[in-house]
Amino acid sequence: MEYLVASAIGLTTAVGVYLVLRPHSFPVVIGMALLSYAVNLFIFAMGRLVVHQPPVLQPEATGYADPLPQALVLTAIVISFGMTALFVVLAMRGYLESGSDRVDGRGRRTPPAVEETR
Amino acid sequence: MTLALIALIPLLGACLPPLTTRSSRTVTAWAAAAPTLLALLILAAQAPAVFGGEVVRTSAEWVPRIGLSFSFMLDGLGLFFAGLILGIGLLIIAYARHYLGRRDPIGRFYAYLLLFQGAMVGIVLSDNILLLVVFWELTSLSSFLLIGYWNHLPEGRQGARMALVVTGGGGLALLAGMLLLGQAAGSHELSEILARGEEVRASPLYMPALLLVLLGAFTKSAQFPFHFWLPHAMAAPTPVSAYLHSATMVKAGVFLLARLWPALAGTDAWFVLVSLTGLATMLVGAWIALFKDDLKAILAYSTVSHLGMMTMLLGFNTGIAVIAAVFHILNHATFKAALFMSAGIVDHETHTRDIRKLGGLYWLMPVTGTLALIAGASMAGVPLLNGFLSKEMMLDAAAEATLAGNGWVVATLATLAALLSVAYSARFVFGTFFGRPRTAFEHPPHEPPPGLWLPVAVLVVPVVAIGLLPGPLAGPIVEMTAAAVAGPAGLPPVKLTLWHGITPALVMSVAAFAGAALLLLLIHHVERARLRLWRPEAKAMFDATVAAAVAGARRLSGGLHTGSLPRDLGVIVLAILAVGLAGFLGATHAPGAREVQPTGIPALAAWVILVAACAGLAVAHRNRLLTLILTSVVGLIVSLAFLQFSAPDLAMTQISVEVVTTILLLLALNLLPKTTPAEPGTARKLRDGAIAAAAGLGAAALAFAAMTRDFETISTYHIEQSKPGGGGTNVVNVILVDFRGFDTFGEIIVLGIAALAIHALLATALRGAAARRLDAMRMGEVSGDAHPLMLVVATRVLLPLALTLAAYIFLRGHNQPGGGFIAGLIAAIALIMQYMASGHAWAAARARLQPLTMIGAGVLIAGLTGMGSWAFGRPFLTSTFGYFHLPIAGEVELASAMAFDLGVFLTVVGAVVLALSHIARVEQRAERSGHAPEDAALPPGPPTAAPRIGLRTPAYGRED
Repeated sequence: MEYLVASAIGLTTAVGVYLVLRPHSFPVVIGMALLSYAVNLFIFAMGRLVVHQPPVLQPEATGYADPLPQALVLTAIVISFGMTALFVVLAMRGYLESGSDRVDGRGRRTPPAVEETR
Repeated sequence: MTLALIALIPLLGACLPPLTTRSSRTVTAWAAAAPTLLALLILAAQAPAVFGGEVVRTSAEWVPRIGLSFSFMLDGLGLFFAGLILGIGLLIIAYARHYLGRRDPIGRFYAYLLLFQGAMVGIVLSDNILLLVVFWELTSLSSFLLIGYWNHLPEGRQGARMALVVTGGGGLALLAGMLLLGQAAGSHELSEILARGEEVRASPLYMPALLLVLLGAFTKSAQFPFHFWLPHAMAAPTPVSAYLHSATMVKAGVFLLARLWPALAGTDAWFVLVSLTGLATMLVGAWIALFKDDLKAILAYSTVSHLGMMTMLLGFNTGIAVIAAVFHILNHATFKAALFMSAGIVDHETHTRDIRKLGGLYWLMPVTGTLALIAGASMAGVPLLNGFLSKEMMLDAAAEATLAGNGWVVATLATLAALLSVAYSARFVFGTFFGRPRTAFEHPPHEPPPGLWLPVAVLVVPVVAIGLLPGPLAGPIVEMTAAAVAGPAGLPPVKLTLWHGITPALVMSVAAFAGAALLLLLIHHVERARLRLWRPEAKAMFDATVAAAVAGARRLSGGLHTGSLPRDLGVIVLAILAVGLAGFLGATHAPGAREVQPTGIPALAAWVILVAACAGLAVAHRNRLLTLILTSVVGLIVSLAFLQFSAPDLAMTQISVEVVTTILLLLALNLLPKTTPAEPGTARKLRDGAIAAAAGLGAAALAFAAMTRDFETISTYHIEQSKPGGGGTNVVNVILVDFRGFDTFGEIIVLGIAALAIHALLATALRGAAARRLDAMRMGEVSGDAHPLMLVVATRVLLPLALTLAAYIFLRGHNQPGGGFIAGLIAAIALIMQYMASGHAWAAARARLQPLTMIGAGVLIAGLTGMGSWAFGRPFLTSTFGYFHLPIAGEVELASAMAFDLGVFLTVVGAVVLALSHIARVEQRAERSGHAPEDAALPPGPPTAAPRIGLRTPAYGRED
C-alpha cells in the first residue's frame, strides 16, 4: 500500500508543479490545488498508514491512528480552499482589468473593448 | 526621572507651537520658549551638584534583552552641552520669531526645532549608548525636516536629502560601532564603558568599533571628506543654520569623540585617524571659505574648519589639548552663532547674501555691524576676545604634537589654517560692512528691530567678557567639562589666562596675522591660480553616486523581479530540489524496516483512476472544463484515501471542500477564457516536465522512506488526555479546539482575511476597466430557463434538511467524526445551493446574516471563548467542560470548546458563502449585458463562446 500512496503523492506533485509552471492563470490555480492535495497527503502520511483504527476513543479499540497529522491536515484542507479561492479571484480580477490571463509578464495590456469601439 | 525630563520636555513640547498657530506669532514663539525655559531651569537645578563633582544618574528599563535602557547621566560634559543647546536654543527661538516671514508656517518651524532640541539634549544626557544612537538618529531626522523647511525651494529639498543620506548613513555606522563597543566593554552603559577603557582598547573589537564610531562622528561633524553636506544644508532658514549647523548638531560628532575619549583615545590609531582628519578638515574648510561669495557659505566652511580644529585637538591624546577643545567648543558656539544671525540680518535687510554685492553696511546698520565686527574678530583670533584664547591654546597643543618624528609638520599646518581663518574672517566683515557702499538696493537697508539683533548681542557679551576675564568666567566650566571628558585619566591644572608671555603659540599667531595680510593683498592672484587647479565638485559627485546607486538598485530588482510567475516558481522549486538533493547526498541510505501494508483490489483501482486523472491533467490541461473535472476526480480519490487510512474527519472535510471548490472554479471559469492557448515550442515544456518529474520523484521517495520507518509519536499524550482533559472522544476534534486551539484560532483568522481580500477584490470589480470588460463580455449560448423550477424546489426543500445535518455534525463533533469545520462546509454548501438555484438577487435579499458579519462574529466568538478563561485566571483558550441534565435531552455534555467550535463554524460558513456569492454577483453583471445586441464588441483576448456553465444553466458543460 505504501508504494501506491508514495507514487500517488509523487505523481500529484509532479503534475502540480508542471501546471504551476504554465504561463496562464487557470492552470496555475489548478496546479496549486494539486500541490495542496500532494502536501496534505504527505503530511498525513507522516503519521504512517493505519487501517481501521480511527482516532476516536472506543473501549474495544486495539490502537489508534496518529491524530496529530490529521488535525494539522484538516485545517490545511480548509485553508487551501481559502487560498484557491483567493487565487482564482485574483486571476479573475486580473483578467477583467487587463484582458489577459497570462502570468509570465508577457500579457497584452489592452484597454477594455468598449473604449476601443466607442 | 528629572534628568529624562530635560530631554522629554522639549520633545513633548514640540506639540505646543502648532496648536497656537491661530494666535499671534509671538504666542507661538512663547509656546516654543516655555518648554525650553522649563528644561533649562530643571538643568540649572542640577548644576550645583555637578559642579560639586557629582554625576547625576537615572535609569529605567526599556528593552533589557538587547541592553537598551532608558538611562540618563549628567556630568560636566553633559551639563556643558545641554546648557549650550538649551541656552542658544532660547536665543534662536527669539530670533526666529522676527526672522521668519509672515507666510512661513511658524508653528511647524518651532515644532521641528523643539524636536531637534529634545533629541540633541537626549544625545548629551544619554547614559546608554544605544539610547544615544536613538537620539542621534532623531537629530538627523529633525535636521532633515528643518533643512527642508522651505520645501518649495529645490536647494532646500536637495540639501535636506544630502544631509540625511550622509548623517543617516553615518548613524548606521555608529550603531554598528556602538554594538561592537558594547561587546568589547561588556555593557551598554556609558558609565561602565568609560571605566573600562583599558579593556576596550585591548579588545580585538577595538579597531572595527573605533572605525565605525569615527565614521558616525565624522559624518555628523562634517569632517573631511564628508564635509560637503554642511554647506548645502545652509539652504535652511538662517536660525536653523545658526543653531544646528554651527552651535549644536554638528558638534554632536565632536561631543561623541569627547564622550568616548576615556574609552577610545590614547592609542596611535586614535591619534592618526582623529587628529589628521581634523587637521585636513581645518585646512580644507578654511581654504574653501576664503573663496566663497555667499555669506552663509563662508560661515559654513569656516564652521567645517573649526570643527576640524576641535577634532584635531581631541585627537592629540593630551589633557591640555582636551582643555583647548572644550574651551573652543564654548567660544565657537558664541561667536559663530552670532555671526550666522548677523548674516541672517544682512540677508533679511538687503535680500542678498552675495558679498560681491554688499559693502559699507556699517553706516546703515551700526549696531549689527559692531556686533558682527566683534564676533568676526573673535573668529579670526584677535586678542582680547575669546576666539584668541582658544586659538592660542590650539597652536600651543599643535606645537607640541609630533607626527612621524617630525615636530613641525602639525605646527606649520595649524598656523596655515589660522592664517586662512584670519583672511576669511577679515573678508567676511570688511566685505560686508566696510569698503565701498553699494547703492543698488531696492529698499535701503536699515537697522533691524531689536528682536533680531538682541540675541546677537547676548552672544557677543560672552565673546568679549571671556576674552577679557577667561579665568574667572570660563575657568570653572571648562575645568568641569574637561575633567569629565578626560575621565579617570585626569588633567593638568587648567589655567585660562590672557597673557602667557612670548610663547611659540604667540609667534605662530603673529605669523598668521602677517601672512593673512599678505594673502589678502594678493588675493586676486591666488584666486586666479586656484581657478586653474582641479576642484572636485562634491554635489555633482554625490548626485552621480546616488544616481548610480538608484540605477543599480533598479537594475537589480528589475532583473530579479521580471513579473513572470513561472520563472519565480521555477526558481523556488529548483531551490527546494537542490536543498533536498544536498540532504539526500549528505546522508546514509538504508531501506526502511517498517512492515508494508498489503494492497487490496479497491485500493489498486483507486490508484489507477488517480494515475489516469493525473495523466489526463498533464496532457489535456488546455481544456479547462476537463481539467476541472479531472481535478475533482483526484480530490475524490484523496478523500477515499483518508477514509481508508483511518481518518474519517479528513475524508468528510475533503469531500465537502471538494464540492465547494468545484462550484468556485466553475463560477470563475465562467468569466475566464475557457481554453488555454497552445504554447509554442516544446523545449520549454520538456524543461518544465523535467523539473516537475524531479519534484515528483523527490516527494514520492521522501514519502516512501518516511512511511516505511517506525517512529515515536507525540500524540500518545493527546490520546490519553482527550477524554479526561478535553472532554471528548474524537481526538482530532479535541486537538483542534482544545490542545491546539491557538493554531485553529489563527487559521480561522487567515480564512477570514482571505475572504476579506476576495471581498475587496470583487466589490470594486464593478467599476472602471473591469466593469467595462464585463459589460462587453458576451456570454455563450444560454439555456432556456435561468432558474429551473425543479432545482429551485429541490434546493429549498433540502435547505432545512442540510442545515439540520450541519447542526448534527457540529454537535457530535467532539465525540464522533464531525465538528465546526465540516459542519460549516455543509451549511455553506446548502446556502450556496440557494444562490445557484434561485439566483443571487433572490438569495441575497433573503439572507438574514451577511457573510461578512458571520466571519466577524465567528472570529469574535472564538476569541471571546478563549479570553473567557482569563476570568478564571487561566491562560488563553484553556477549556472546561461539564455534564448537565436537561429536561428532555437528558444527560448532556457542554464544553467551552464547543463555543470555540461555533466560532470556527461561523467563520467557515461566512468565508465560503462570501467568496462564492461575490463571484456570482460579478457574474450577474456580465449576464445582464449578455442580452446586448449581437454586434456588441467582443472583448479582447481568447473568445468566450465556449459552453456556458455555472449559475444560470445547472446543466454543467452543455456542448454547443
